[in-house]
Amino acid sequence: MSRKLSTGVTYGVLMIAAAVMCFPVLFSLALSFSDLNDILKGDYIPSSLNFANYINAFQTQPLLHYMLNSAIVGVLSTALQILFALLAAYAIVFIEFRAKKIIFLVMMATMMIPGEVLVITNFQTMRSWDFLNTYQGLILPGLASTFGIFLFRQNMMQIPLELKEASTVAGVSEFGFFWKIVAPMVMNTVVTLAIYFFLVSWNSYMWPLLSTTEDTVRTVQIGLRQLKNTEAVSDYGMMAAGAMVTSLPTLLLIFFGQKRLQEGMTKGAIK
Amino acid sequence: MSKIEIRDLTKSYDGKINILEGIDLDVNEGEFYVLVGPSGCGKSTLLRIIAGLEQITAGTLKIDGQVANQMLPKDRNLSMVFQNYALYPHMTVKDNILFGLDVRKVPKDEQLRRLDEAAEMLGLSQYLKRKPRELSGGQRQRVALARSVCSQSPICLMDEPLSNLDAKLRGQMRNEIRRLQKQLGLTVIYVTHDQVEAMTMGDRIMVLHGGKIQQTGTPLELYNCPANTFVAGFIGSPQMNLCQAKLTEQGLVLENDLVIPLTLEERRNLPQGTRWQIGVRAEQIEPASPAQEGTCLVYAASTEMMGNETQVLFRVGDVLFTARWAGQYMIDPGQRLHIRLSADDFHFFDLDKGSLVRPALHIKGQAALTA
Amino acid sequence: MTYEKMPDLSLAQTGEKGRKKPLPVWVIYLLPSLLIFALFTIYPFLKTVVTSFFATSTTGEMTKFVGLQNYIDLFTNANYLQSLGTTFLYTLLTVPLTVILSLLLAVLSAQDRPGMGVFRTIFSSTMGISVAAGSVFWNLLFHPTAGLLNQVVQWMGGKPIGWLTDTHYAIFAISAVSIWMNLGFSYLVLMGGLKNIDDSHYESVEIVGGGFFYRLRKVTIPLISPSLFFVFTTSLINAFQSFGLIDMLTSGGPNNTTNLMVYKLYQDAFVNFRFGSASAQGIILFLLILLISQLQTKLTERLVTYQ
Repeated sequence: MSRKLSTGVTYGVLMIAAAVMCFPVLFSLALSFSDLNDILKGDYIPSSLNFANYINAFQTQPLLHYMLNSAIVGVLSTALQILFALLAAYAIVFIEFRAKKIIFLVMMATMMIPGEVLVITNFQTMRSWDFLNTYQGLILPGLASTFGIFLFRQNMMQIPLELKEASTVAGVSEFGFFWKIVAPMVMNTVVTLAIYFFLVSWNSYMWPLLSTTEDTVRTVQIGLRQLKNTEAVSDYGMMAAGAMVTSLPTLLLIFFGQKRLQEGMTKGAIK
Repeated sequence: MSKIEIRDLTKSYDGKINILEGIDLDVNEGEFYVLVGPSGCGKSTLLRIIAGLEQITAGTLKIDGQVANQMLPKDRNLSMVFQNYALYPHMTVKDNILFGLDVRKVPKDEQLRRLDEAAEMLGLSQYLKRKPRELSGGQRQRVALARSVCSQSPICLMDEPLSNLDAKLRGQMRNEIRRLQKQLGLTVIYVTHDQVEAMTMGDRIMVLHGGKIQQTGTPLELYNCPANTFVAGFIGSPQMNLCQAKLTEQGLVLENDLVIPLTLEERRNLPQGTRWQIGVRAEQIEPASPAQEGTCLVYAASTEMMGNETQVLFRVGDVLFTARWAGQYMIDPGQRLHIRLSADDFHFFDLDKGSLVRPALHIKGQAALTA
Repeated sequence: MTYEKMPDLSLAQTGEKGRKKPLPVWVIYLLPSLLIFALFTIYPFLKTVVTSFFATSTTGEMTKFVGLQNYIDLFTNANYLQSLGTTFLYTLLTVPLTVILSLLLAVLSAQDRPGMGVFRTIFSSTMGISVAAGSVFWNLLFHPTAGLLNQVVQWMGGKPIGWLTDTHYAIFAISAVSIWMNLGFSYLVLMGGLKNIDDSHYESVEIVGGGFFYRLRKVTIPLISPSLFFVFTTSLINAFQSFGLIDMLTSGGPNNTTNLMVYKLYQDAFVNFRFGSASAQGIILFLLILLISQLQTKLTERLVTYQ
């Protein structure tokens, strides 16, 4: 009997929590399909599916263009971050050299430096290189990921050194071993990090805000900020529609990659 | 009255496939009862049902005569030793041993008294302040046992407690667990996949396979009179030699290959029918000299020299037979061997069902029992 | 054997000396990462340290060495001190609640029971919502006239509340959004930690009859303490770095009551062009975060158990 009771309480608490968690999104979802006049009257539940707000958002705002920018930046920075982290972790695990320990320690120590401390100088650097309002300006500063290097290193340390010795004996080149053997063996981590990096890039806020001042390369998050601060102040339905659309890619990523992310995070947390 | 009684128990997770089916079990007070079988046979599930960690799909479970199907684990007054010991890494040995006594509202001084006693009993007194990670495998095992002892529950359930230890330590712990059980008068239900553990520790054994009971009985009952070919093959080492046999004019033909001559007496002792599966233990196959009558000729496939005994492998049809001979025999592969086999030493099983139709009439070494 | 091979070895060495020394292999592999680190992490960090000791022009050039003056100015500036205080209050309001709530939800939804997959997805979903989108969602809820919250308040007979414009409410409103935003990440990490706990540890509790809170206190929390510590420090550091939320929802207002450290830094650097002061603020932020990390390492070593 007490078993049934505790099960009931568990589900009850979870259901309430889930409702609270979902509520802001669901409310916006409802608004996004509603007519502005209904909203102002406090009538939130749309009587029918009304796509006017979505059409409006895409037509009056360069939303699609922002999303494309975010996608380009996301894919490029994810791919390069993974490649660079793979290479660095490989050197740290599989190649013997004297400065190894110190380099790894310095890399790990940079994790302590908050990005907000760096933006001032990075902004100046990008300005002097004329990289403001360019994709490379958006991407470059974030390409070295300590977290990625760390996770790959943990993963590669599980690979027995004998594998490298065996391929050396078989005449496989250093790069051949890296690309054909090690990289496929850490594919799981690659996938986890790809999800994570893309999520972070798509959702990043401060650096895109600073390094873009024009619509050409502006990412979707800063697009939302524009939307909110300018004309859309009074068009709640369109605001909601815009926010819904921009959240969709990452929400899908979370739905499908949740388990992967969870495993990766745990590895990162428990060193 | 049995301490634990199970009648016609069924367990299923999805309502379609039965993990356990038609299980009856009676464990007496103070008995060391072993559940044995290959992995996936349902033995651990049965143990966890007794513990209350799994629900019963159908049937009844009684503990101390009371129906316990719906009883919570804590009300069953039992303790459990897990395969991985379930020691908490953040607690000292002392706290691990005393784990749960505070829930059961045992007074502090009584807790300490029990701790001293259990630690003494298991030789853990000097390790009480350590953390589990600072202990060896055997010591961790002892801590898990000490927790059980401290709970003073009359029933102790053990789920493959020795499988994480090395062979030497395992032998040692077998004795220790038996000694503890006798000393405290515990009723133990012990799950293992190792038939040696089952044979050496159990007062009685239940052999499970595919979720069904194959046989229950004392170790010697299982060894001397296996109820079917599964038990015959599972109990005893080296494995019993099992093959098909056919009765002909010349005698008993094994696998259409080896002819075993029959004496009149032996022929009279055969069960009904002409075709069976037969089983013969390795020690019942004896070396013979060519001069002796009623011997068979085989060719050695290989030998395994143990020092005190020699195991000789040879082929009968497609089946590899093992014979076990005391002493040191130097035999080359392919060498001709004369052996003596008697149909009286064979277990006869139904050809289709595999159930026993006639046990062996002589069991080697059985005389020693009465000597 | 090795003795005999010695001459071969020395021969090979002299052979190599003749050739021009190529770049060591490891440099090639590490080069991309090292370059990025050097240009965009180490250099800006050092530059910020140096700048924090200088007076600067509006374009960011260092004009005059002023020693600790930038720091002294900050710690005598009521605005900055208020910003520090607000940041601490915000941290206090958000971090413990985020950790406790995500732990509770993770514990309740960790068992494999029907429907748990749906709950897990919902609870981790805010990780997929950007700070900008999340802010928009909440902004609509908070809206003084059209927002649902005020509709409810009015329905219950209250007066509409300026959630984001009333000095009494703004910091709490911001904190609520922050908890909602960060719950997904905490939940995901803690769930990972819980999944690593062996079932037998829970079953032992069940056999002795310990209840939900006994299990939580004696088993679950100690066993996931590494994840718990990780989540706690990460949340703490995130709280100190909060920016997007403020930029989207309040711009530091009303009356500076939500002007968190990083938002003030941003304004001083990119709105007021006071780079010297902003650099000093950056260094203070860095030191705070360093302190937290060090505390975490020390505490972890002392308290946390690794299996």
